[in-house]
Amino acid sequence: MKFKFNPDDLKSLVKKSFSSDNINKRRQSMKFFWKNLPEQIRRLSVVAVILFALPLVVRQLLIPTDFGKYGHYRASALDEIVSQEIHYAGRELCNECHDDVVEVKYNGYHKTLTCEVCHGPAFAHTEDDAIELEAPRKRSYCPTCHEYLPSRPSGFPQIISARHNSRKACIKCHDPHDPKPPETPRECKACHAEISYTKAVSKHVDIPCTRCHQTPEEHKIRPREVLPSKPHNREFCGSCHALDAESSEDIPRIDLFEHERRYNCWQCHYPHLPEAN
Amino acid sequence: MKKWQSENANGMKRRKFIKNILFSLAALTTPAVLSAQEALKKLQTWIIGEDYNPFEHYWGMGIDINKCIGCGKCADACKKENDVPKAPFFFRTWVERYRIFKSGKTFVDSPNGAINGFRKPYYESEDKDKVIRSFFVPKICNHCDNPPCVQVCPVGATFKTPDGVVLVDGDYCIGCRYCIQACPYGARFLHPEKRTAEKCTFCYHRVVKGLVPACVEICPTQTRIFGEIKKKASPLMRFMRKHKIGVLKPSLNTEPKVYYANLDMEVR
Repeated sequence: MKFKFNPDDLKSLVKKSFSSDNINKRRQSMKFFWKNLPEQIRRLSVVAVILFALPLVVRQLLIPTDFGKYGHYRASALDEIVSQEIHYAGRELCNECHDDVVEVKYNGYHKTLTCEVCHGPAFAHTEDDAIELEAPRKRSYCPTCHEYLPSRPSGFPQIISARHNSRKACIKCHDPHDPKPPETPRECKACHAEISYTKAVSKHVDIPCTRCHQTPEEHKIRPREVLPSKPHNREFCGSCHALDAESSEDIPRIDLFEHERRYNCWQCHYPHLPEAN
Repeated sequence: MKKWQSENANGMKRRKFIKNILFSLAALTTPAVLSAQEALKKLQTWIIGEDYNPFEHYWGMGIDINKCIGCGKCADACKKENDVPKAPFFFRTWVERYRIFKSGKTFVDSPNGAINGFRKPYYESEDKDKVIRSFFVPKICNHCDNPPCVQVCPVGATFKTPDGVVLVDGDYCIGCRYCIQACPYGARFLHPEKRTAEKCTFCYHRVVKGLVPACVEICPTQTRIFGEIKKKASPLMRFMRKHKIGVLKPSLNTEPKVYYANLDMEVR
């Protein structure tokens, strides 16, 4: 069958189908409209409707209902993330049973450490006593923090383990819960290793720290609260290096009044290694 | 001109006309505004876990570089807490050692993310005399306020929560790795078994229960401080008042919420 498409036909068709008031009549006219459409248009329109509707249906099925409730994400994802198990119990929980040890630790240098730093994650242990925690006793453990490294902040207690009572376990002399030195350090080097090793290779090697830093005995016990003094004027260095100073002739001299008067000596020369720069 | 001021144009005075317009506008918009407010109020109560409302918090972290001793306990605790793969290239947090040499060159290393600390003793290192400055820098996801990783995610699997934490929806992630590429801080990785992106969550499962992240909990020198950004009485705000603060790569405008004190210019 050959079909000839005439736009006027369509116009009259539309006019006819929409002018009627009777629903039944309209339905019939709709049927008439559909049947009288060219076949390729009918088929194509079915395909078009499917193409349009299918993504909508798929979208509806694929996107979770709670997506976009609070933002461009799945709200229930947070509940899943939150349901993750806890391993580290936190510092308060240990106190409930081990308050005696916590009390000792709280007054010592290790007060900022939680028990779990050394004993490992303890949440399982708080639920079930049968699960025991590790207690590192080996000599190799403490140097993780206390081995001397120049990158560590100066003042942090560090040792060179190869030269520090080798083969003796740390806990033989130091109580890890209250890690006082077995005796208060005799030498500044015990804590200020970096400065000490720098000074060791400098011309100032023979000058004791206390020559320039008046150090109260208390400083060894409360290092951060009681601080040693520092020189505060040019004349202090001048007591050895000035032209008229009463010191060995090998010491380099400068004229305190001519030499860069507006600066203090240690703004250019590092006193622990004056050869530098 | 006379015509314009006509008393009876369209049978209505100008003043009355404007009044009517205003009244009708108000009448039309009031219910909409009220219902929007109601909806907003409803949105701002969202209970996660037992009684945690993310709209009431805004989290950040402070890191004092001068305090870090490079023990790597944080990196170790993070792996244990979050079951991060043990292989030495998957880290949610790690510690870098910066060494700046006399030649002006900077050398950064982080053996196994510093999980076992920096074990090579000083006296064995070849270059001990050439270092002029050295320090440790703990690194972590910066939980940017303007996160590039969230922008690039094609499916909405990574997102910023109302409390400012950037999270990954593991079930929704398709493993395309765009976010790993986009992160300027290298804070993300692809989980070798799940094949989805993973990153630091600020230990969200701990935070909703009132605990601090595992790395903050475990840090022996309290280098890391965790707290609210928008509340005055918070340890983090005190930290930010006391120190001069820097962030990583500020030029990228990612607005990181991990604040570093005593940050060296060599740190990237």
